[in-house]
Amino acid sequence: MSGEKKVEFHVHKKRIIKNIKIDVDKCNGCRACEVACSLFHARPKYSSNNPARSRVRVIRDLVNDIYVPVFAGEYTPAECLGRDKYVIDGKEYDECAFCRASCPSRDLFKEPDSGLPLSCDMCESDPPIGEPMCVQWCLADALIYEEREEEVEEGVAAGDMEIGVEALIVKYGLEKIAETVGRLSKRDKN
Amino acid sequence: MRYAETGYNLEVDLSRGSIDRVETDPAETELYLGGLGTNAKLLWDRVPPETDPLAPENLLIFSTGILVGTPAPGANRTIISTLSPQTKLMAYSMMGGFFAPELKHAGYDKIVIRGKSPNLVYLWINNDKVEIRDASHLQGKGTLQTSQMIRQELKDPNVQIAAIGLAGENRVFFASIEQGKSSASRAGIGAVMGSKGLKAVVVRGKKDVNIAHPAKMMEKCNDILDYIKVRDKNPLGMVPPILAGLGSPQEMRIHDEEWHTTNFAWGNSRTRRKDFWTEDVEKEWTKTSEDVRERFLSCYNCPMSCGASVAYPGLQKYMMKCYSKLTYTMASFTDLDFGFRIVQLATDYGVDSFTCPQTMAFAIELYEAGILTDAEMPGFPADSEGRFFWLLDKIVKREGIGDILADGTYWAALRIGKGAEAYAHNNIKKHEQLPLKLGMLNPIYFLMYSTGEKINITQIEGQFPQAPFPTRADREDFVKDWVHVPHERFKQYFLDWEPRGENSNPYYPTVQMSCELVDWMEMMHYVDDSVGMCAGLSSFPLKPAYHIHNYPEVLSAATGLAIDEEALSRMARRTRTLIRAINIRRGLTRDDEKPPEDHWKKRFPELEKQLIDEYYKFKGWNEKGIPTSESLHELSMDFVADDLKKRGYLEE
Ligand code: SF4
Ligand code: SF4
Ligand code: SF4
Repeated sequence: MSGEKKVEFHVHKKRIIKNIKIDVDKCNGCRACEVACSLFHARPKYSSNNPARSRVRVIRDLVNDIYVPVFAGEYTPAECLGRDKYVIDGKEYDECAFCRASCPSRDLFKEPDSGLPLSCDMCESDPPIGEPMCVQWCLADALIYEEREEEVEEGVAAGDMEIGVEALIVKYGLEKIAETVGRLSKRDKN
Repeated sequence: MRYAETGYNLEVDLSRGSIDRVETDPAETELYLGGLGTNAKLLWDRVPPETDPLAPENLLIFSTGILVGTPAPGANRTIISTLSPQTKLMAYSMMGGFFAPELKHAGYDKIVIRGKSPNLVYLWINNDKVEIRDASHLQGKGTLQTSQMIRQELKDPNVQIAAIGLAGENRVFFASIEQGKSSASRAGIGAVMGSKGLKAVVVRGKKDVNIAHPAKMMEKCNDILDYIKVRDKNPLGMVPPILAGLGSPQEMRIHDEEWHTTNFAWGNSRTRRKDFWTEDVEKEWTKTSEDVRERFLSCYNCPMSCGASVAYPGLQKYMMKCYSKLTYTMASFTDLDFGFRIVQLATDYGVDSFTCPQTMAFAIELYEAGILTDAEMPGFPADSEGRFFWLLDKIVKREGIGDILADGTYWAALRIGKGAEAYAHNNIKKHEQLPLKLGMLNPIYFLMYSTGEKINITQIEGQFPQAPFPTRADREDFVKDWVHVPHERFKQYFLDWEPRGENSNPYYPTVQMSCELVDWMEMMHYVDDSVGMCAGLSSFPLKPAYHIHNYPEVLSAATGLAIDEEALSRMARRTRTLIRAINIRRGLTRDDEKPPEDHWKKRFPELEKQLIDEYYKFKGWNEKGIPTSESLHELSMDFVADDLKKRGYLEE
């Protein structure tokens, strides 16, 4: 486990927000970002290339001249009922074009063999690699990496956690959750 | 496990409707590497030399290269090989874009297509699932619309599509195969696809491509990317702006077109307009370009963004490649605005942007000379733009005079007669060349034009400057970081090459030097074509990202094979020799190996003969240009020697 992840788990006063700024106008549609991401996450590292496993995908529509790099967000078990469709500068973007979810309505952001959801982990690794791989390989500067520190108010964060735990309790029951927490804390100590 | 390649070909017989996944022999990879090399081997083994290019027995091979699908930047070429209906020789046109990587991710190194479907079909390769599907609803549809319809039909925006338009369906001898951003255009491979009743090949792939030595490979790829960044910041001096960087010539980015418009000939490759490029033209053309250009686009895993999408008001969007916009503009003596309009239509019809405009300019000359008349061309418009649109329409439909012109200038001239042959003046091996008409013979270019078997100068030249630099200081500066040369002595050849005087064209570079330089330039193209690398990062520009000294490490890391410079050179030599042997069996002779009569004003028959003699020897070919038994044996290609003997090309 990386240090960064722990920063997010235990509640501290400051945390580092990692951000990739996407300049859609600069994207040349080359998909080097997909190649780089899939290589970085291959096991062993770099041992295979397969853009279908990438956690960033360039939504491309040649006819309409649409090239939008989208980063895999969280998994969602159900598709949205209402969908959104954008028109920007006269170009009509596909339904869900900007959505980051790994969702049952499309085959985006799923492992090709298992169908398991993929999500961008900002290339967290030990030792850390500096800029994420996709950013390093995007020579068009369509992807720009930024880090910033953000103050985190403890109260609010605790509230967040409470909400999360509550949701888990509703789903699995208090006993199961307590068991799991116990097991995890033992494993962490080992 | 096979690395870099999948180890499988897809074999499709359209007559029988059969589809097979066939494991390939790893020994062939060690001999020919992949891509063009193994394509040539298939054609040699399986297509008898007397085969008519448009007959079902001809093979049409869509191949990836060995590095396609690996992280090597720029390795994205689809190498399409077959027999050409126009030259009757082997055709090996290529395209960039996204098709080949998708094919490899679908689990195949090549698609080998034979036979002929009774009705129009398309091939749908979805990883392990492969179908031949009806395409009757796509008949007559343009390449742009075909792609759009197939994407909708398959409900997958991520499929890659290689399709023919009307020109291919009607077997126009310069029909292309179009793939959205890129096309494989030369020598009529689109006509072969049409003859097979195949409208499109559609592919989607989601499998891994494995790398033998991952860490090493990444290190090498990062070196390549770093070099690309450095070159990007430091364009070369001493050459036209369009050739100063890496990539295909940056036709959509750089508006300074002085070099093309004043050095290349207009019309039917006739007229140099040395004063054409003025400030006013530059202003107007810059505006035309910027008004229609939407976005710079790259091929798969390459940062160079050589192409651009073009949105001309009222026309469907399309991708502009290289300098197509100028070939039509210049052949028609019009302006860039016309270029953008007609290229859209030409892309949709699927025709080659070198041969097509030249054929139309040829027809206009014949009309003006009274060889073609209103009898053959009823309703022929009076204005140049109108004429080009009129001719394009007739050609792709093979209607009236269009049926004759659709065979290209060489065959059309033969059929028209009445002295038309003199107007088909810009061909080599029956194929239209760049419209260049120059003064003094350049021995290097003489050899490349004469002996190149891809029959397009851009596919053999590169790396060595096209002309000497004016001063020694410039040349010294140039050779400083010239790590790309295979031998140090090549730097000296360049240092001593003067624009004028004793050490200048045509007698310098000397015959021996010219042989060595041409062999090097050609070898790097053969390597790229087997690797699937874009020539724009490798064999075409000066000081490219890939070269003979760094390729072996990249290839070894990706494939796990022990490939050093010597081994790589031998692979390229084998491929080169095999293609020569295929063409010898198809009737290529020394007589065919010459540039257009009027390419240079000043010619030197004795020197030219000596150049060819020595170059053949250098290559291990006899005085007829046929590979000798000894040289074939040395390349472990006795099977070629045996066949050439059996057929009487070599003595027993
Ligand atoms: S690497 Fe950059 S330019 Fe290329 S597709 Fe990804 S975001 Fe676009
Ligand atoms: S940041 Fe890392 S994990 Fe996320 S898309 Fe880019 S390469 Fe993939
Ligand atoms: S250099 Fe240009 S043409 Fe070549 S692969 Fe890159 S973008 Fe395509």
